[in-house]
Amino acid sequence: MNDMTTTTQNTKTSTVLDASGVTMRFGGLTAVRSVDLTVSAGEIVGLIGPNGAGKTTFFNCLTGLYIPTEGKVTYKGTVLPPKPHLVTQAGIARTFQNIRLFSNMTVLENVLVGRHTRTKEGLWSALLRGPGFKKAEAASHQRAMELLEFIGLQHKADHLARNLPYGEQRKLEIARALASEPGLLLLDEPTAGMNPQETRVTEELIFAIRDQGIAVLVIEHDMRFIFNLCDRVACLVQGEKLVEGTPETVQGDERVVAAYLGTPFEGAPGGEEVAEVEAAEAQSTTSTTSTEGETQ
Amino acid sequence: MTTDTTKTAEATLAGETSRTTVLRWLTALGGLATIASTFLSWTYTDEFPGDLTVYGYPGGLQVLTLVAGLLVTLYALASLDIKGLRWLAPTGTTKALRLLTLGALGTTWFTVIAIAVELGGVVNLEPGGFVAAMASAIPVATAFMLADDTRKARRAKELPSWAEILIIVAAFGVGLFAVTYGIDTEYAELFTGYMITAGFAAAALFKAGVMARLSALTTKYRPISVAAAFVAAAAFPFTQTTDQFTLIAVNILIFATVALGLNIVVGLAGLLDLGYVAFLGVGAYTAALVSGTTASAFDVEFPFWAAVLTGAAVSLIFGVVIGAPTLRLRGDYLAIVTLGFGEIFRITVGNLDGVSGPQVTNGPNGIPNIPDLVFFGYDFGESHSIGGFELGSYANYYLLMLLAMILVILVFSRAGSSRIGRAWVAIREDETAATAMGINGFRVKLIAFALGATLAGLAGTVQAHVQSTVVPEMYVFAGPVPPNSAFLLAAVILGGMGTISGPLVGATMLYMIPAKLQFLQDYQLLGFGLALILLMRFRPEGLIANRRAQLEFHETDQLDVPEEGLPSSGVGVAKAGA
Ligand SMILES: Nc1ncnc2c1ncn2[C@@H]1O[C@H](COP(=O)(O)OP(=O)(O)O)[C@@H](O)[C@H]1O
Ligand SMILES: [Mg+2]
Repeated sequence: MNDMTTTTQNTKTSTVLDASGVTMRFGGLTAVRSVDLTVSAGEIVGLIGPNGAGKTTFFNCLTGLYIPTEGKVTYKGTVLPPKPHLVTQAGIARTFQNIRLFSNMTVLENVLVGRHTRTKEGLWSALLRGPGFKKAEAASHQRAMELLEFIGLQHKADHLARNLPYGEQRKLEIARALASEPGLLLLDEPTAGMNPQETRVTEELIFAIRDQGIAVLVIEHDMRFIFNLCDRVACLVQGEKLVEGTPETVQGDERVVAAYLGTPFEGAPGGEEVAEVEAAEAQSTTSTTSTEGETQ
Repeated sequence: MTTDTTKTAEATLAGETSRTTVLRWLTALGGLATIASTFLSWTYTDEFPGDLTVYGYPGGLQVLTLVAGLLVTLYALASLDIKGLRWLAPTGTTKALRLLTLGALGTTWFTVIAIAVELGGVVNLEPGGFVAAMASAIPVATAFMLADDTRKARRAKELPSWAEILIIVAAFGVGLFAVTYGIDTEYAELFTGYMITAGFAAAALFKAGVMARLSALTTKYRPISVAAAFVAAAAFPFTQTTDQFTLIAVNILIFATVALGLNIVVGLAGLLDLGYVAFLGVGAYTAALVSGTTASAFDVEFPFWAAVLTGAAVSLIFGVVIGAPTLRLRGDYLAIVTLGFGEIFRITVGNLDGVSGPQVTNGPNGIPNIPDLVFFGYDFGESHSIGGFELGSYANYYLLMLLAMILVILVFSRAGSSRIGRAWVAIREDETAATAMGINGFRVKLIAFALGATLAGLAGTVQAHVQSTVVPEMYVFAGPVPPNSAFLLAAVILGGMGTISGPLVGATMLYMIPAKLQFLQDYQLLGFGLALILLMRFRPEGLIANRRAQLEFHETDQLDVPEEGLPSSGVGVAKAGA
């Protein structure tokens, strides 16, 4: 490590993720334009923005699924390799906006797959089944069951992932990501399709994850959720970072409201209404659109 | 009013019950009549194979009708709740009865019609034949009039463990007998009748819940069951008096072993390999070249263990060479490349004849005179007498091949239930998500592909010695004789992807059907095409489903688990998510 970086890192609390000037172009379309974002240890950072703003694309650039056209991403001071499995190995885990569980594997097996990078038993040890293999396998099982308990799904360990209700599938994706023992967790719309109760439980879950010392970067449309949860929020509009700051700053920023509604508006509930309209448009599961919003 | 309705309801109920009882008794009687008819003479002459002319004892196809009739009677009695027979149908009798009566009808009518057709006319039937046809038709009618009584399996009665073990042993004994009977069928009619009877009986046992109970038992006593299965398999050559059917059994084992290897590649890792048989060929040709035969271009004679290792290693190298460039790509490239490789292998081997290329493989003539194996003076080419049983040459190879198959099964099950096996399934399920979970997709797929190639190469080394000749035409994409790539894939899909017993069942059927029904030769591929289409429509998970596939294609009770804490009314606010 050279001195420069160390000092800059030590001035603030240590930076976990540092993305600078990330740009992603698909042919003529610039989905992400020169975005800078940092996440520090123990922080929950929110990423908001209307549909198509480039949030998911930005996540894909961070996790190696896309190789950014320009820009640099470092994780704990080292530049990330451009391969998804190496990024996970390095310590960044993620969930997907459209749930991507291994649907024909059991709940437990899904979490065990998440432990892939933290175990190293290869084909030979699987075939020979020495004591080392058995110990590693038992440890993996135990850790996976702990994670299932953490998200409250231990009683469904033997169910197929595809047979879980929607909300539990989202939680299982989080457990699977946690199984890789990440230092940074990226959540892409973790409460999409959840009812208010489930959303609240997820909020608690994310706080609990943060308390384990894992930094969290979360994309979400639910404003109440995001402003409750996050220490810092960044708003992405048409691929560019519009504002970044405390929830209060972003909440009060007229440009953010304008970006969401097209016209100025006076408060957060509007954001929710937009979210609801969008939910109705997107082929969501069972949504009875209420004009009143949730009665929390 | 109320009493009235109750009374009527009771009356209807009573009427319903008595009707059911009558129908069940009729079914049982029909079964008995079917049994009785097999003791009559069905035809005048002994021109029809099997001796069906004798009064007093059943012969040939009549035995199958007898078995089917016996099963119908047993299940009809079980449906009448006769003490001591309830274990036959834990999950209900009606569906099983329907299948069994259809089986009896099918076997009997097939026999009767075959007699009429082959001997030229209905006149060739003796009255016994007509009796049998009628007797087997009655239970079908009554069974289909019965109401469905499918229920959740009752709790199994607690048995002492020695009794449970005895049941397992008996089951494997029956299984060995049934399979041996099928392999030993001497003429096509008998085999067809066997397929009809066995097929319906097996389906009925599944429907009645007997198989589920049995598999629960085998899970409970796993080591004993595994041992019993292998003892049953190893016992096969001891039941044979000639080598004729042992050869069929050896070929089935080779086919099944290679299909199992392919199941790692296709069933677990989800890689479509259309040229798999080429790896078998690589192993076989390698073993042939180092076997010391005079036809080999190399003047070497490796001991068998060294030949096996060489064959497997050469296959492994080919697997890596083909897999490394293609497995980096997603999509159907692998299928195309492996299809090409399969053909290239066959054509190349056909051209290395000293004319079109260097003389290595004798071209289309292949490498003949591969010597029999000799282990410590034990010559595989000769008959040996073991414990009073005369074992022919193929019996030796059968037992050797059985060892090879055990090895492949061990590899499959151990690799499948480990970190690497889970990674394979994850890749098959969703490659993007799998890589995002830290799995190096390329590496893991290459391991699966190379492992599959190695196992096929290993099987090939034994095959070379069994056949004593290797020719390029044994390793085609599709042909009349298994194993070829298309049949291997069919065995895996037919039997059940990702399972161990699936490819075994699939390979057994796919080998026996063309071997026994020679007249089908020309229509074989057509038949398999049809069979696969029907299978995909009605049982997409294959004949033997693994737990995952079972849940995948037939949603079970699991879905009914109510979600707790769901609000009963009101504001289900869904957030945006596209
Ligand atoms: N692989 C791709 N190829 C082309 N365009 C893409 C690709 N992925 C995303 N985009 C485009 O990038 C823009 C941003 O999409 P996305 O990141 O999914 O938005 P968000 O997650 O903020 O709703 C969209 O216009 C989308 O069509
Ligand atoms: Mg998105």
